[in-house]
Amino acid sequence: MSADRIRIGFIPLVDAAIPIMAADVGFAAEEGLEIELAREISWANIRDRLAFGHFDAAHLLAPLAISTTLGLGSIKAPLAAPMALGLNGNAITLSPHLYDQLVSRLAPGADLADPRATGAAFAAVVRARRACGDEPPTLGMTFPFSTHNYQLRLWLDAAGLKPDEDVRLAVVPPPYMVDALANGHVEGFCVGSPWNSVAVELGIGRILHLGVDLVRRCPEKVLAVRTSWLDERPEIAERLVRACVRAARWLQDPANREEAAERLAVSNRLDVPAPIIRRTLDGRLPVGGPEPERVSDSYILFDRESETRPDPRHARWLHAQMTRWGQAPDDSGDAAAAVYRRDLYDAAVGAPTRAEAEDPLGLFTA
Amino acid sequence: MPDRVPTADRPLKIVLIDESPVRAAILEEGLRAVNHAAITRIADYANLLERIYAIDPDVILIGLENPSRDVLEQMFHVSRSVRRPVGMFVDQTDTASIEASVDAGVSAYIVDGLRKERVKPILDMTISRFNAFSRLRAELEQAKSQLEERKIVDRAKGILMRSKNIGEEQAYALLRKVAMNEKKKIAEIAQSVVTAAELFS
Repeated sequence: MSADRIRIGFIPLVDAAIPIMAADVGFAAEEGLEIELAREISWANIRDRLAFGHFDAAHLLAPLAISTTLGLGSIKAPLAAPMALGLNGNAITLSPHLYDQLVSRLAPGADLADPRATGAAFAAVVRARRACGDEPPTLGMTFPFSTHNYQLRLWLDAAGLKPDEDVRLAVVPPPYMVDALANGHVEGFCVGSPWNSVAVELGIGRILHLGVDLVRRCPEKVLAVRTSWLDERPEIAERLVRACVRAARWLQDPANREEAAERLAVSNRLDVPAPIIRRTLDGRLPVGGPEPERVSDSYILFDRESETRPDPRHARWLHAQMTRWGQAPDDSGDAAAAVYRRDLYDAAVGAPTRAEAEDPLGLFTA
Repeated sequence: MPDRVPTADRPLKIVLIDESPVRAAILEEGLRAVNHAAITRIADYANLLERIYAIDPDVILIGLENPSRDVLEQMFHVSRSVRRPVGMFVDQTDTASIEASVDAGVSAYIVDGLRKERVKPILDMTISRFNAFSRLRAELEQAKSQLEERKIVDRAKGILMRSKNIGEEQAYALLRKVAMNEKKKIAEIAQSVVTAAELFS
């Protein structure tokens, strides 16, 4: 019997590991699927190629799956997320100059991992620049509908800054983020793995915050499909989810990290040296700052406690961010939550027996 | 929100974002023929949004694979009060046009209020020129690879002529026979001969 072929688009990021390992380690083959992966460089392109049928499924920003379904961006197409591609994995990185400016304004004894302390110091830097008549800092984020945008805004807002007035937020696709910092187009950014570590390795950036400092369990990417494809091929979608969940469990096992890092490193996947990918999987990140490294066992989560199961509360929080920042009308929260198809996930791999966390997010502002 | 709806008599302002000068030239030429349009080409991406706001275009044409598309998406931010393009295609029900456009590898961002009949010829022209450019490039690559293949075959013939002390025609006949027996291309067999000769030299 020949395998059913599925085309999946991805952006070179560590959280694309789930579909990549499903294709490259053999989890898809076990389900009688042959996954053809296409490496893309822009989120708009991935979205369009998914929406117009070039791809059957895509590694997509969770908020972009929601905004495309609601028609908030440039195209409207009903999408569904039958699984989450893990949680977390972002970091905020600043140029050494901006980092030093911020550190010099930290309150005595303040913890660098405390977003309230760093936010206050950053606000002081912004005010000092304004007083001198200098330009506000430009910070890069990956897309208007991205957690990177919302995480930066969460941090800035908590510090009393207005993200649309006091700083400039500029969109830069992930693989170009390090270049943008090197060229001085941005002075810092929020992006997913491994691009923060690449900037640290090159000596042009210092990691200020791991994403988990801001949000303990942050939704990130989803496996997105067209709802019309689900209707046409429900059984293939179910096999795809099963293969990807197995890949996520395999990725979560520390014994497989070396193999995963090496498989991700190759040129048609991430094209980033394996040791840099490995440290993001380990959650042990050299930050290039005064402390040698930051360690977190939750820096990026594939499937430790069923993080791949879509949690509609995450979709609602993302929608609330869209509403908060003027991207979405208030009344579309139910439609946003409906993009997260927990029913499809449970049908494919069974509902977890573990009780759900009471607080799905763990915001530092809570 | 739109501060003025483009009227039929005003020339359309088109921004073309393309780093390829050849493709841009092909497209510009076509667009000028089809429409009384003011075309501005942007080839580098520094301060892209500011430049686009300054031009205030009716239509933005950009390659689907261009990473700056994500930057353009910032223009759809609902809270922005400036006039902005609203959609990738003027008519999302026109799936044939959309598919043709995506297949050709081009996207068009079109401002709110622009009539379908003004956009259609632009989109059609853009799609056909993008396709023409792709064909041109494919032909060029094919010609290049044919040239490379011929060079390899010539080298293999030379090696065989020297080592077996045979004439050029015999050398070619030998390559051809082996290729047929092994169900491979002559160029592939020639490549193995060249590689082998390098190993043994």
